[in-house]
Amino acid sequence: MPELPPGSVRTVVRAPATVLATAGRDVDPTDPDVVALAADLLATQEVSPGCVGLAAQQVGEALRVFSVDVSGHPKTRSCHGRFVLCNAEVVSASRKGRGREGCMSVPDFTGDVQRARRLVVRGQLPVTGEQVELETDGFEAVCLQHEIDHTNGLLFLDRVSDAHAIHPRQTYL
Amino acid sequence: MLAVTVIGADRPGIVAEVTGALAAVEGNLEDSTMTLLRGQFAMVVLVRTGSPVAEVEQALARVSSQGGLAVDVRPVSAASPAAGAVQGSSYVVHVNGADRPGIVATITGVLARRGVNVVDLGTRLAGELYVLTAEVVVPLDVDVDELRAELDEAAGVVGVHVRLVAVETDEM
Ligand SMILES: [Zn+2]
Repeated sequence: MPELPPGSVRTVVRAPATVLATAGRDVDPTDPDVVALAADLLATQEVSPGCVGLAAQQVGEALRVFSVDVSGHPKTRSCHGRFVLCNAEVVSASRKGRGREGCMSVPDFTGDVQRARRLVVRGQLPVTGEQVELETDGFEAVCLQHEIDHTNGLLFLDRVSDAHAIHPRQTYL
Repeated sequence: MLAVTVIGADRPGIVAEVTGALAAVEGNLEDSTMTLLRGQFAMVVLVRTGSPVAEVEQALARVSSQGGLAVDVRPVSAASPAAGAVQGSSYVVHVNGADRPGIVATITGVLARRGVNVVDLGTRLAGELYVLTAEVVVPLDVDVDELRAELDEAAGVVGVHVRLVAVETDEM
Protein backbone atom coordinates (compact mmCIF):
# COMPACT_ATOMS: atom_id res chain seq x y z
CA MET A 1 0.00 0.00 0.00
CA PRO A 2 1.62 3.31 -1.12
CA GLU A 3 2.01 6.05 1.46
CA LEU A 4 -0.85 8.57 1.52
CA PRO A 5 -0.91 12.21 2.59
CA PRO A 6 -2.61 12.90 5.95
CA GLY A 7 -6.38 12.61 5.57
CA SER A 8 -9.16 14.50 7.26
CA VAL A 9 -12.11 13.02 9.08
CA ARG A 10 -15.31 13.31 7.04
CA THR A 11 -18.94 13.11 8.10
CA VAL A 12 -20.47 9.68 7.52
CA VAL A 13 -23.67 9.85 5.46
CA ARG A 14 -26.73 7.89 6.57
CA ALA A 15 -29.49 6.19 4.60
CA PRO A 16 -31.72 7.25 2.92
CA ALA A 17 -29.14 9.64 1.41
CA THR A 18 -29.30 9.29 -2.39
CA VAL A 19 -25.53 8.96 -2.74
CA LEU A 20 -25.66 5.62 -0.90
CA ALA A 21 -27.90 4.26 -3.65
CA THR A 22 -25.75 5.67 -6.47
CA ALA A 23 -23.34 3.42 -8.33
CA GLY A 24 -19.84 4.87 -8.23
CA ARG A 25 -17.94 6.18 -11.24
CA ASP A 26 -14.57 4.68 -12.13
CA VAL A 27 -11.69 6.77 -10.83
CA ASP A 28 -8.11 7.49 -11.85
CA PRO A 29 -6.22 6.20 -8.79
CA THR A 30 -3.31 8.59 -9.48
CA ASP A 31 -5.58 11.68 -9.47
CA PRO A 32 -4.63 13.82 -6.41
CA ASP A 33 -8.34 14.18 -5.52
CA VAL A 34 -8.71 10.40 -5.43
CA VAL A 35 -5.54 10.08 -3.32
CA ALA A 36 -6.95 12.69 -0.92
CA LEU A 37 -10.24 10.78 -0.76
CA ALA A 38 -8.36 7.55 -0.01
CA ALA A 39 -6.57 9.28 2.87
CA ASP A 40 -9.86 10.72 4.16
CA LEU A 41 -11.51 7.30 4.12
CA LEU A 42 -8.73 5.81 6.23
CA ALA A 43 -8.72 8.80 8.59
CA THR A 44 -12.49 8.60 9.05
CA GLN A 45 -12.41 4.84 9.49
CA GLU A 46 -9.74 5.14 12.16
CA VAL A 47 -11.74 7.49 14.37
CA SER A 48 -14.92 5.40 14.07
CA PRO A 49 -15.02 2.72 16.78
CA GLY A 50 -15.39 -0.80 15.40
CA CYS A 51 -15.32 0.41 11.80
CA VAL A 52 -13.49 -2.03 9.52
CA GLY A 53 -14.31 -0.49 6.15
CA LEU A 54 -15.61 2.67 4.57
CA ALA A 55 -16.67 3.46 1.01
CA ALA A 56 -16.62 6.77 -0.88
CA GLN A 57 -20.45 6.77 -0.93
CA GLN A 58 -20.42 6.88 2.87
CA VAL A 59 -18.59 10.21 2.84
CA GLY A 60 -20.88 11.54 0.13
CA GLU A 61 -19.07 10.70 -3.12
CA ALA A 62 -20.36 8.25 -5.72
CA LEU A 63 -16.96 6.87 -6.70
CA ARG A 64 -15.43 3.40 -6.82
CA VAL A 65 -13.08 3.79 -3.86
CA PHE A 66 -13.15 2.16 -0.44
CA SER A 67 -10.90 1.48 2.53
CA VAL A 68 -10.64 -1.69 4.62
CA ASP A 69 -8.78 -2.62 7.78
CA VAL A 70 -9.80 -5.77 9.60
CA SER A 71 -6.51 -6.19 11.44
CA GLY A 72 -7.14 -6.68 15.13
CA HIS A 73 -10.75 -7.78 14.64
CA PRO A 74 -11.42 -11.00 16.58
CA LYS A 75 -13.10 -12.71 13.60
CA THR A 76 -10.32 -11.99 11.13
CA ARG A 77 -8.57 -14.91 9.44
CA SER A 78 -6.72 -13.79 6.31
CA CYS A 79 -5.78 -10.13 6.55
CA HIS A 80 -4.19 -7.67 4.15
CA GLY A 81 -3.91 -4.91 6.73
CA ARG A 82 -4.96 -1.34 6.11
CA PHE A 83 -5.56 -0.49 2.47
CA VAL A 84 -7.60 1.38 -0.10
CA LEU A 85 -8.81 -0.09 -3.38
CA CYS A 86 -10.03 1.78 -6.44
CA ASN A 87 -12.28 0.36 -9.17
CA ALA A 88 -12.47 -2.96 -7.33
CA GLU A 89 -14.46 -5.90 -8.56
CA VAL A 90 -15.07 -9.46 -7.45
CA VAL A 91 -13.16 -11.97 -9.58
CA SER A 92 -14.44 -15.08 -7.85
CA ALA A 93 -16.55 -15.88 -4.81
CA SER A 94 -17.38 -19.17 -3.15
CA ARG A 95 -18.34 -20.88 0.12
CA LYS A 96 -21.42 -18.85 0.93
CA GLY A 97 -22.31 -18.32 4.54
CA ARG A 98 -24.97 -16.29 6.29
CA GLY A 99 -24.10 -13.64 8.85
CA ARG A 100 -25.61 -10.56 10.45
CA GLU A 101 -24.16 -7.23 9.37
CA GLY A 102 -24.31 -3.69 10.58
CA CYS A 103 -23.27 -0.55 8.73
CA MET A 104 -22.39 2.94 9.95
CA SER A 105 -24.66 4.36 7.28
CA VAL A 106 -27.65 2.32 8.50
CA PRO A 107 -27.33 2.71 12.27
CA ASP A 108 -30.81 1.57 13.28
CA PHE A 109 -30.87 -1.84 11.60
CA THR A 110 -28.87 -4.99 11.16
CA GLY A 111 -29.49 -7.59 8.48
CA ASP A 112 -28.86 -11.25 7.70
CA VAL A 113 -26.87 -11.51 4.49
CA GLN A 114 -25.41 -14.41 2.50
CA ARG A 115 -21.86 -13.69 1.45
CA ALA A 116 -18.96 -15.69 0.08
CA ARG A 117 -16.30 -16.66 2.64
CA ARG A 118 -13.72 -17.27 -0.08
CA LEU A 119 -13.04 -14.32 -2.33
CA VAL A 120 -10.73 -12.99 -5.00
CA VAL A 121 -10.93 -9.26 -5.66
CA ARG A 122 -9.17 -7.18 -8.28
CA GLY A 123 -8.59 -3.45 -7.97
CA GLN A 124 -6.07 -0.64 -8.16
CA LEU A 125 -4.05 0.97 -5.41
CA PRO A 126 -4.24 4.74 -4.95
CA VAL A 127 -1.20 6.88 -5.88
CA THR A 128 0.48 4.33 -8.17
CA GLY A 129 -2.59 2.84 -9.81
CA GLU A 130 -0.94 -0.57 -9.49
CA GLN A 131 -3.35 -3.38 -10.38
CA VAL A 132 -3.60 -5.90 -7.54
CA GLU A 133 -5.47 -9.12 -6.94
CA LEU A 134 -6.31 -10.06 -3.35
CA GLU A 135 -7.26 -13.54 -2.27
CA THR A 136 -8.90 -13.67 1.13
CA ASP A 137 -11.43 -15.49 3.31
CA GLY A 138 -13.65 -15.16 6.35
CA PHE A 139 -14.30 -11.76 7.84
CA GLU A 140 -12.12 -9.80 5.42
CA ALA A 141 -13.94 -11.44 2.50
CA VAL A 142 -17.31 -10.40 3.93
CA CYS A 143 -16.05 -6.88 4.57
CA LEU A 144 -14.71 -6.50 1.01
CA GLN A 145 -18.05 -7.58 -0.46
CA HIS A 146 -19.88 -5.11 1.80
CA GLU A 147 -17.61 -2.25 0.67
CA ILE A 148 -17.67 -3.20 -3.02
CA ASP A 149 -21.45 -3.22 -2.73
CA HIS A 150 -21.32 0.36 -1.38
CA THR A 151 -19.26 1.45 -4.40
CA ASN A 152 -21.98 -0.08 -6.61
CA GLY A 153 -24.71 1.81 -4.73
CA LEU A 154 -25.91 -1.21 -2.74
CA LEU A 155 -26.51 -1.50 1.01
CA PHE A 156 -26.86 -4.70 3.03
CA LEU A 157 -30.57 -3.84 3.01
CA ASP A 158 -30.53 -4.72 -0.71
CA ARG A 159 -29.00 -8.12 0.03
CA VAL A 160 -30.94 -9.53 2.99
CA SER A 161 -31.94 -13.13 2.60
CA ASP A 162 -35.67 -12.98 3.43
CA ALA A 163 -38.54 -10.82 4.61
CA HIS A 164 -37.64 -11.34 8.28
CA ALA A 165 -33.94 -10.63 7.87
CA ILE A 166 -33.86 -6.96 8.84
CA HIS A 167 -33.71 -6.36 12.57
CA PRO A 168 -33.94 -3.27 14.73
CA ARG A 169 -30.70 -2.84 16.61
CA GLN A 170 -30.81 -4.19 20.16
CA THR A 171 -27.90 -2.22 21.46
CA TYR A 172 -26.64 1.01 20.06
CA LEU A 173 -23.05 1.58 19.02
CA MET B 1 -50.44 5.70 16.43
CA LEU B 2 -52.92 2.99 15.42
CA ALA B 3 -52.36 -0.75 15.46
CA VAL B 4 -54.26 -2.32 12.57
CA THR B 5 -54.56 -6.09 12.50
CA VAL B 6 -56.06 -7.92 9.55
CA ILE B 7 -56.60 -11.60 8.93
CA GLY B 8 -58.37 -13.44 6.16
CA ALA B 9 -58.25 -16.35 3.74
CA ASP B 10 -55.25 -15.73 1.54
CA ARG B 11 -55.56 -14.47 -2.03
CA PRO B 12 -53.62 -11.96 -4.12
CA GLY B 13 -54.56 -8.34 -3.39
CA ILE B 14 -55.07 -8.28 0.37
CA VAL B 15 -52.05 -6.09 1.10
CA ALA B 16 -52.87 -3.72 -1.73
CA GLU B 17 -56.50 -3.35 -0.57
CA VAL B 18 -55.69 -2.75 3.08
CA THR B 19 -52.76 -0.40 2.47
CA GLY B 20 -54.76 1.39 -0.24
CA ALA B 21 -57.54 2.06 2.27
CA LEU B 22 -54.99 3.32 4.80
CA ALA B 23 -53.32 5.57 2.23
CA ALA B 24 -56.72 7.07 1.39
CA VAL B 25 -57.04 8.30 4.99
CA GLU B 26 -53.48 9.68 4.96
CA GLY B 27 -52.20 6.76 6.98
CA ASN B 28 -48.45 6.37 7.03
CA LEU B 29 -47.36 2.76 7.53
CA GLU B 30 -44.52 2.41 9.98
CA ASP B 31 -43.40 -0.99 11.28
CA SER B 32 -45.45 -3.92 10.09
CA THR B 33 -45.33 -7.65 9.71
CA MET B 34 -47.40 -9.63 7.27
CA THR B 35 -47.24 -13.35 6.79
CA LEU B 36 -49.08 -16.36 5.49
CA LEU B 37 -50.16 -18.86 8.15
CA ARG B 38 -51.72 -22.03 6.73
CA GLY B 39 -53.87 -20.24 4.19
CA GLN B 40 -54.68 -17.32 6.48
CA PHE B 41 -52.95 -14.09 5.66
CA ALA B 42 -52.19 -12.06 8.80
CA MET B 43 -51.12 -8.43 8.99
CA VAL B 44 -50.13 -6.28 11.94
CA VAL B 45 -49.43 -2.71 10.91
CA LEU B 46 -48.55 0.38 12.93
CA VAL B 47 -50.10 3.36 11.22
CA ARG B 48 -49.55 7.03 11.89
CA THR B 49 -52.35 9.28 10.70
CA GLY B 50 -53.97 12.60 11.48
CA SER B 51 -57.37 11.15 10.59
CA PRO B 52 -59.77 10.23 13.39
CA VAL B 53 -59.92 6.54 14.37
CA ALA B 54 -63.53 6.35 13.22
CA GLU B 55 -62.53 7.45 9.74
CA VAL B 56 -59.83 4.81 9.54
CA GLU B 57 -62.27 2.17 10.76
CA GLN B 58 -64.79 3.23 8.17
CA ALA B 59 -62.25 3.07 5.36
CA LEU B 60 -61.19 -0.40 6.46
CA ALA B 61 -64.79 -1.58 7.02
CA ARG B 62 -65.38 -1.37 3.27
CA VAL B 63 -62.26 -3.45 2.55
CA SER B 64 -63.24 -5.86 5.28
CA SER B 65 -66.77 -6.55 4.08
CA GLN B 66 -65.88 -6.69 0.39
CA GLY B 67 -62.70 -8.69 0.90
CA GLY B 68 -63.80 -11.10 3.62
CA LEU B 69 -61.19 -9.85 6.06
CA ALA B 70 -61.34 -9.54 9.85
CA VAL B 71 -60.01 -6.09 10.73
CA ASP B 72 -59.26 -4.52 14.08
CA VAL B 73 -58.10 -0.93 14.66
CA ARG B 74 -56.90 0.30 18.01
CA PRO B 75 -54.87 3.25 19.28
CA VAL B 76 -51.52 2.36 20.82
CA SER B 77 -48.92 4.56 22.45
CA ALA B 78 -46.34 5.78 19.98
CA ALA B 79 -43.31 4.41 21.75
CA SER B 80 -39.91 4.71 20.17
CA PRO B 81 -38.49 1.43 18.84
CA ALA B 82 -36.05 1.05 21.73
CA ALA B 83 -38.49 1.89 24.53
CA GLY B 84 -39.13 -0.97 26.90
CA ALA B 85 -36.44 -3.03 25.23
CA VAL B 86 -34.35 -5.33 27.37
CA GLN B 87 -30.67 -4.44 27.27
CA GLY B 88 -28.75 -7.55 26.42
CA SER B 89 -27.47 -9.85 23.73
CA SER B 90 -29.39 -11.35 20.82
CA TYR B 91 -29.85 -15.10 20.52
CA VAL B 92 -31.89 -17.34 18.28
CA VAL B 93 -33.83 -20.18 19.87
CA HIS B 94 -34.35 -23.21 17.63
CA VAL B 95 -36.86 -25.83 18.72
CA ASN B 96 -38.08 -28.87 16.85
CA GLY B 97 -39.75 -32.13 17.67
CA ALA B 98 -42.97 -34.08 17.65
CA ASP B 99 -46.05 -31.92 17.98
CA ARG B 100 -47.93 -31.87 21.27
CA PRO B 101 -49.72 -29.20 23.32
CA GLY B 102 -47.59 -26.95 25.49
CA ILE B 103 -44.29 -26.72 23.61
CA VAL B 104 -44.39 -22.96 23.12
CA ALA B 105 -45.70 -22.34 26.64
CA THR B 106 -42.99 -24.49 28.17
CA ILE B 107 -40.09 -22.97 26.25
CA THR B 108 -41.25 -19.38 26.58
CA GLY B 109 -42.01 -20.00 30.25
CA VAL B 110 -38.33 -20.69 30.86
CA LEU B 111 -37.40 -17.54 28.93
CA ALA B 112 -39.90 -15.41 30.85
CA ARG B 113 -38.65 -16.57 34.25
CA ARG B 114 -35.17 -15.37 33.29
CA GLY B 115 -36.41 -12.02 31.97
CA VAL B 116 -35.49 -12.99 28.40
CA ASN B 117 -37.46 -10.89 25.92
CA VAL B 118 -38.93 -12.50 22.79
CA VAL B 119 -38.66 -10.03 19.91
CA ASP B 120 -39.68 -12.31 17.04
CA LEU B 121 -41.17 -15.77 17.04
CA GLY B 122 -42.62 -18.09 14.46
CA THR B 123 -43.89 -21.65 14.61
CA ARG B 124 -44.70 -24.11 11.85
CA LEU B 125 -46.41 -27.47 11.92
CA ALA B 126 -45.99 -29.98 9.11
CA GLY B 127 -47.40 -33.43 9.75
CA GLU B 128 -46.06 -34.42 13.13
CA LEU B 129 -43.07 -32.09 13.02
CA TYR B 130 -43.31 -28.92 15.06
CA VAL B 131 -40.73 -26.18 14.53
CA LEU B 132 -40.26 -22.99 16.54
CA THR B 133 -37.75 -20.25 15.80
CA ALA B 134 -37.46 -17.19 17.98
CA GLU B 135 -35.16 -14.26 18.30
CA VAL B 136 -34.68 -13.26 21.92
CA VAL B 137 -32.75 -10.72 23.95
CA VAL B 138 -30.99 -12.20 26.96
CA PRO B 139 -30.31 -9.66 29.72
CA LEU B 140 -26.62 -9.13 30.41
CA ASP B 141 -26.86 -10.50 33.96
CA VAL B 142 -28.32 -13.85 32.90
CA ASP B 143 -25.89 -16.79 32.90
CA VAL B 144 -26.32 -18.24 29.40
CA ASP B 145 -25.05 -21.71 30.37
CA GLU B 146 -27.65 -21.91 33.11
CA LEU B 147 -30.32 -20.70 30.71
CA ARG B 148 -29.27 -23.40 28.20
CA ALA B 149 -29.48 -26.05 30.91
CA GLU B 150 -32.96 -24.91 31.91
CA LEU B 151 -34.11 -24.88 28.29
CA ASP B 152 -32.72 -28.40 27.75
CA GLU B 153 -34.51 -29.68 30.79
CA ALA B 154 -37.82 -28.08 29.80
CA ALA B 155 -37.45 -29.31 26.22
CA GLY B 156 -36.89 -32.83 27.52
CA VAL B 157 -40.18 -32.67 29.43
CA VAL B 158 -42.15 -31.85 26.25
CA GLY B 159 -40.02 -34.13 24.07
CA VAL B 160 -38.39 -31.56 21.78
CA HIS B 161 -34.86 -30.53 20.93
CA VAL B 162 -33.76 -26.95 21.73
CA ARG B 163 -30.74 -24.88 20.77
CA LEU B 164 -29.82 -21.37 21.89
CA VAL B 165 -27.42 -19.75 19.43
CA ALA B 166 -25.75 -16.37 19.87
CA VAL B 167 -26.30 -13.86 17.10
CA GLU B 168 -23.19 -11.86 16.38
CA THR B 169 -23.39 -8.71 14.37
CA ASP B 170 -20.40 -7.87 12.21
CA GLU B 171 -19.97 -4.13 12.07
CA MET B 172 -18.66 -3.09 8.67
ZN1 LIG C 1 -21.49 -0.16 5.18
